[in-house]
This record gives sequence, structure tokens and C-alpha cells, in this order.
Amino acid sequence: MRLKQISVFLENKKGRLQDVCSLLGSNGINMRALTIAETESFGVLRMVVDKSDQAIDLLRKNDFAANVTDVVAVEVEDKPGGLAGILKIISDNDVNIEYMYGFVEKFSDKALLVFRFEDTDHAQRILNENGVSIVAEKDIQGL
Amino acid sequence: MIWNEQIECMDPQQLKGVQSERLAKLAEYVYSNSPFYQQRFDQHKIKPDSIKTIEQITDLPFTTKIDLRDNYPFGMFSVPQKGITEIHVSSGTTGNPTVVGYTKEDIKLWSDVMARALCCAGAEPDDTIQIAYGYGLFTGGLGFHYGSLEMGLTTIPASSGQTKRQLKIMQDFKPRILACTPSYALYMAEQAKELGIDPRKSSWKIGIFGAEPWSDSMRDEIENLWDMLATDVYGLSEIIGPGVAQECPHKDGLHIFSDVFFPEIIDPATDQPVEPGQDGELVITTLTKQGIPLIRYRTRDIVSMNIEKCRCGRTSPRISKIKGRTDDMIIIRGINLFPSQIEEVLLSIEGTQPHYQIVVDRKEHGLDMVQVQVEIEEQLFSDEVRKLNELKAKIQNGIEGVVGLRVDVKLVEPKTIVRSEGKSKRVIDKRKN
Repeated sequence: MRLKQISVFLENKKGRLQDVCSLLGSNGINMRALTIAETESFGVLRMVVDKSDQAIDLLRKNDFAANVTDVVAVEVEDKPGGLAGILKIISDNDVNIEYMYGFVEKFSDKALLVFRFEDTDHAQRILNENGVSIVAEKDIQGL
Repeated sequence: MIWNEQIECMDPQQLKGVQSERLAKLAEYVYSNSPFYQQRFDQHKIKPDSIKTIEQITDLPFTTKIDLRDNYPFGMFSVPQKGITEIHVSSGTTGNPTVVGYTKEDIKLWSDVMARALCCAGAEPDDTIQIAYGYGLFTGGLGFHYGSLEMGLTTIPASSGQTKRQLKIMQDFKPRILACTPSYALYMAEQAKELGIDPRKSSWKIGIFGAEPWSDSMRDEIENLWDMLATDVYGLSEIIGPGVAQECPHKDGLHIFSDVFFPEIIDPATDQPVEPGQDGELVITTLTKQGIPLIRYRTRDIVSMNIEKCRCGRTSPRISKIKGRTDDMIIIRGINLFPSQIEEVLLSIEGTQPHYQIVVDRKEHGLDMVQVQVEIEEQLFSDEVRKLNELKAKIQNGIEGVVGLRVDVKLVEPKTIVRSEGKSKRVIDKRKN
């Protein structure tokens, strides 16, 4: 299972992140995970939300440059070395990570991490074969 | 001193005679040597031997930059290539650049008009000049060089850039004359101060500044910073390069060397001449050039003309500083930039035509800077920062390849560039002061 990540282009100016958040918030869309990649003059907001189709429509209608990307959310043991174990599987199998970030909340005793892989199909197969628990779209709806 | 007193101070009626004679010769010359003009004359049913007086110039058709582009590279030349001794290149609107060729005689002409310009600015034969215009395909450096050699000045071909070295040359060789772009003169003053050099104590006492538009308030600033006389020089490579017109120390208009570059001021909307003193487009005919003679060339520069005799004694008409353009060309550090070139680059990169805007600014005491703002549309956007940075670099390199200028590229959010009356404003030029 994959999740739909929404990314939004943001110029480095005051209040833009708030604009996105209040737009989604006032339309009843809940953010589950988010991260911002920043450069000198612009940033890219990446997030996983509960209603991704609705969110993307809304953003585009409000003149944001927004895209949908497939990402994989993985459950990680919330203990020392938990992430290292998963990263070992990933690197042993030559899977490239573009970037990753954590969920805001968790829905079991495990931590949730979002991975953007270079080759999502391949990555997912490797994770499945190694018994790593992947989070499905429906799982995050109820968070 | 006046370099060519006989011609520069000639009685206007007598000058008309010289111009008429030269125009008649020019009409015959281009008709028999330039297939382009032969065809143009035939189209307009003009018999070259019917042209006898300078007043008849208005019967002749105009020549534009588009003609030069369409006949790239050598189609506008009136001599076979073996007769061309030098070639210079400047920016075109789209696609091909503008190519000009000089014969040996043309270089002599260029040397003569540039010597006139140097004298007009106040140079004396025992002066030393530091030429900080770029040497190369750009006409600035070499044009000044030829004029300086002709006049017998001590010539320092410093070329542009390397500010510390420029300042060291100034301190060690003590040139009295500086030739560069006005924004570079400001920039160097700033750098001098940082290095602990007092610009007001510099050896430069006369500046000959051109290749970009500048205002009277900028002149005041330069004169104040450097304690020098700052004069304006006008030229364009299509006509010859620098040396078309030059200010004298009275700073009351630029003397145009009208015995060789015949000026007309027209209303660009009607193509009809305007009264002296009125603003209009400067149109120039090169009366004596051989390599690439141009008849009624539309410079696209808006100026006004003053036909009164100047206090310096020169009788040649004077043009005002450039007040604007009839097209959207921007001049930055002597390089011509057209919005159409930016469009061409953007289109070639992603096959789309994103909204963009060119912002030109003159940093305080600094150089002219160009920022190209490009709206990020969905098809250009990526969740990966690396790809966005790659896109930025691609645009930057693409523009540098076409225009020859390194610009700053800024990616901006969709619909943030202001659209006015349906089309977005392509150029914001903040260099007004």
C-alpha cells in the first residue's frame, strides 16, 4: 500500500505556510505528517493528509503549485535501533531514499515514518519480503 | 580641442551640401553593391540616380534590426567577405545575433569619430586613457581603443572587470580619462572606498560613460563621488559602435557626427518627422560606411534633437540622453536583452511558456542586476528540491547561452506576477535614478 503525498511550492515569504494550513483546516482536512525542504529562496512543503484528493483540488483551485507523489509509510519499533534495522534492509537491497520524515502522531506503540523512494515499486517489494509493516491509506483515515 | 574643426564647426548650409553629396553617392553605392538594398529600392521604385539632396532621404525606405536578423550573418554586407577586416556581434531580438562588418576604411572612420568623441569630452593629446569597456565582440572596448590610438593618447586597454586591478592601474599610471559603463563607475567608487582609496583624490578627471541608459541624477552622483566630469557617449554596433554622438563639457546634449551619421527624429507611430525639440525615434543613415551601410536605420531609441549651435563651437545637432525605447529592449552593462530571448529559453526548456518577469535593478553604488522571476506551474514543479534547483540552473545557463549575461533566476508561486490589462508586465526597470 502506498500513501499519496502532497507537495506544495512555497516562496520564502511570511505567512505562506499558514495560508496552506488554514486553507486545509477550514475545509476539514487534517494533516498527518509534514516536512519542509527549504532553499535560499523557496521551500517545498510535503505532507500526508487524510483526504488527499480533496486537498489537491483545493490547493490548485487556490493557485498553489501542488503535486501528488507516491510515498510509503512504514511502522518502526519505537526503541533504540528501530530505524537502523529498517534502513539496513533498505541499503542491503540497493534501494535509494530521496527523503524521509516522521508522522505527527502514531496509531499503535510504533513510530510512523514516511519514505520517498527513487523506485517505489521496488522498495515496496523489498519491504514486504522482509516483513516490514506498511501503513495503508485507510489506516490513516481513522487517526 | 576640436578634432576635426573643419567638419565639426561647418556652416550648416555647407554641411547640407556635404551630406547631399554623400547621400547621392551612398544611394548609388548600395544599389550596385548590396542585393538587399537593390531589391528594396526596386520595390519602392526608387532610382538611385534620382537622389541628389539630403532632403530626399525621406523618400528612402527604413532599415530595421529585423532586416539584419533575416539576413544573418553576412547578407547585409555591401562588400565581399574578403573586403571585411573586422566583425563585431551584438544581441538580436530572437534567434540569431546581429553581425556587423567593417572594411579598412570603416575602421578609419570609426577611429576618426571616436577621436572626435574623445576630444569632445575634453581629452588632450598628451592624456592617458583607461579603457574599461569590454574588449571583444562587443564594440565598446575596441571602438575606444581605435579612437585613442588615432588621437595619440596613451592607451591602457584594461577591458572590463577585475576592479582591484583597475584601481591599481589608476593609482600607478594616473590616467586622466576613464571610459566604462556608468554603473561600473559607481561600483568602482564603492570598491575604492572599501580598499581605503579616496575616490575624490583619483587621477580620473574625465569620464566617458555609455552602453547603458543613465540619468542626470546618476551623473551628479558619479561626479560627486569621483570629483570628475562625467560625459555621455552614444553609439550602437549597427551604426558603428561608440562614436555616434558625444557630450562636450557643457553637458547640454550629445553632438552627433551628422556629416557621417545623418540623424532624423520621427514619430514612431506615423513614421513622420517631428519638430526639433520634440521626442521621437532616432533614425540614422550611415553616409560613408562601406562594409554594412545602413539607410534610415531605426535605432528604437527615443531622443529629442537640438539644432542650435553649441557654446563649444560645434555646429552639429545635439541629441538628448536616451529617454526610452520604442521596443522592449533592455540594456545591461552594454549587453542588449530582449524579453523575447527569455521566452525562447523558457520554451526550449520544458516546452511550456510559464509566466515570467524581468526585474532590472541598480544596486546602491553597484552594478545593474537582472532577476528573472519564473512562475512555477504544475508541470514544472517537483517535490524534490534537487530537481527544482536543476530547473533553475537550466534556465540560468540557457539565458547565459543566448544573451551572454548571467542573471539571477527566482522561482515564484503561480499567479504572483502581476498581470495588467490582460498581458503581464514583462519588464520592471527600477534603474530610474
